[in-house]
Amino acid sequence: MHALEKILAAHAGLDQVKTGEIVNCRIDIAGINDLYPQAMYSFFEIGGKQVRYPESVLIFFDHYAPASTIRQADNQRQFRDFAKAQGITGLQEVNEGVCHQVIADKGVSVPGKLIVVTDSHTTTHGAFGAFSTGVGATDIACILKTGELWFRVPEIMDIRLEGSLQPGVFAKDVILHIIGQLGADYGVYRGVSFSGSLIGQLSMAERMTLCNMTTEMGAKASYIQPDAVTLDYIRGTGARDYTIYETDPNYAYCARHLFDVSQITPQVAAPFSVDNVAPVADHAGMPVQQAYLGTCTGGRLEDFAVAARILTGQRIAPGTRMLIVPASKKVLKDAIKAGYIDTLLDAGCTLVSPGCAACLGTHEGLIAESETCVTSSSRNFPGRMGHRNGRIYIASPATVAASARFGVLTDPRPCLE
Amino acid sequence: MKERVFEGRMHVFGNNIDTDQIYPGQYLDVTDHQEMAGHCMQGASEHFGSEFVPGDIVVAGTNFGCGSSRENAAIALKVRGVSCIVARSYARIFYRNAINLGLPLIVCADIDQVKAHGETLRVQLDEGTVTNLASGASAGIEPISEYALRILDAGGIKPLMKAQEE
Repeated sequence: MHALEKILAAHAGLDQVKTGEIVNCRIDIAGINDLYPQAMYSFFEIGGKQVRYPESVLIFFDHYAPASTIRQADNQRQFRDFAKAQGITGLQEVNEGVCHQVIADKGVSVPGKLIVVTDSHTTTHGAFGAFSTGVGATDIACILKTGELWFRVPEIMDIRLEGSLQPGVFAKDVILHIIGQLGADYGVYRGVSFSGSLIGQLSMAERMTLCNMTTEMGAKASYIQPDAVTLDYIRGTGARDYTIYETDPNYAYCARHLFDVSQITPQVAAPFSVDNVAPVADHAGMPVQQAYLGTCTGGRLEDFAVAARILTGQRIAPGTRMLIVPASKKVLKDAIKAGYIDTLLDAGCTLVSPGCAACLGTHEGLIAESETCVTSSSRNFPGRMGHRNGRIYIASPATVAASARFGVLTDPRPCLE
Repeated sequence: MKERVFEGRMHVFGNNIDTDQIYPGQYLDVTDHQEMAGHCMQGASEHFGSEFVPGDIVVAGTNFGCGSSRENAAIALKVRGVSCIVARSYARIFYRNAINLGLPLIVCADIDQVKAHGETLRVQLDEGTVTNLASGASAGIEPISEYALRILDAGGIKPLMKAQEE
């Protein structure tokens, strides 16, 4: 069995599971985002009265925190009332940040856990050796009532990453390259397991970016075998309760792909699909009105560090605005301590409160018709960040910062020499 | 859903129709289902809102419903009156959401040979076929899994879970 299958089996009370089988699993962590009061409505519609395991439920105010419309404010108010009535103490208020970063910061993302959140980027926690996947609001309602949810045991592919990255090239470029090669629907229903010599060289932040973006190829879950880097990170959070599973040597992957990462250059996904990928060089010089550094894909401390490095003593170009959105309160505090926020504010950046912000086009930094945004987030669908004719280019945090500096899409490598 | 045959006009879309196109983010704070239905497919087509008649069928290519977890997308399609969706493949969270709501999703690898915007499609689950009634073109479909069929037959996961309780 694959480690992901072993996690499902353990949570289904089975010794073994096999591909294609449907299993009912006990859920360790069920997360609900402020977008989906439907989860509460569905809970009552299915006859729910008392949440079965309130201690396993987290509610995140992140997609529009703090609220920018009266309806948003009312939806969050309903969640506060629900949490209080149901004894749910894990409500993450408007100051905490994006769900995935919050649970990574707080030691909730650990090996062997079964984590579901009403957010598609829940694949992120495969970076910690968890089985984590996004579900809908009504799925969560079933978990609220019973503590369990059904899963189809997925086929799992191996993506082997060999070699070392060139300076100025990051995990974001690697995963964009992979998605560009394999396609936005290549991983639908499947698990993605990463292996190869690159993994040991990557920080947890970079691993999270890899796993986060497997969602953009349709993946159900992702997996990186926990190692010393994982355990060191987890020790820092104080978490103790976890189980490390290992994939059996004879596990039969549904597909295997090998990438030589030393050949990868800074990459960008052009409108309007995340698999429309090319080297940044192919689009270099294209004017950019908004640069966006943030989200569960690219708003971590390491991302702020590289942006600050590129923008130290510089001013962003006239006619370009750069939004900086720490993925969590912890990222914000650490970035302040490290001096990154100071550097970025001096360069002319706009600091936005921790959360999803403009990523999904609901508040704090929408783009107008005919405007172009270069972003460290994960999606460039039509209308995703504002006007339907606005254009979104997905790139690494370094490419975002370099592009803001010059006002045009820019390969960051010369800025980092 | 006890129905095994659906017949309706086709509204044809391409590949990778994402949840932002099915249900734009600016309406995410809406909680009333009828109001949600009014924004259905608004990011994908300017004509859907005026042309769609309840009972019609949405036809698409690969990876329909990719992107966010947003159940609003499936709710909008269901409440707007889409009888079923026929596509080459679906994004997995959208698949769960639609089945949970009792909205049948039909997988048809060869739908490209059958589809035609505005023409009438007949879907026959038991025979495992889709047929364009205007052109006569027909193709096979994948059977719906027993697990999903059980939820669909109950009218969605909500009635199913209520029934299990009683």
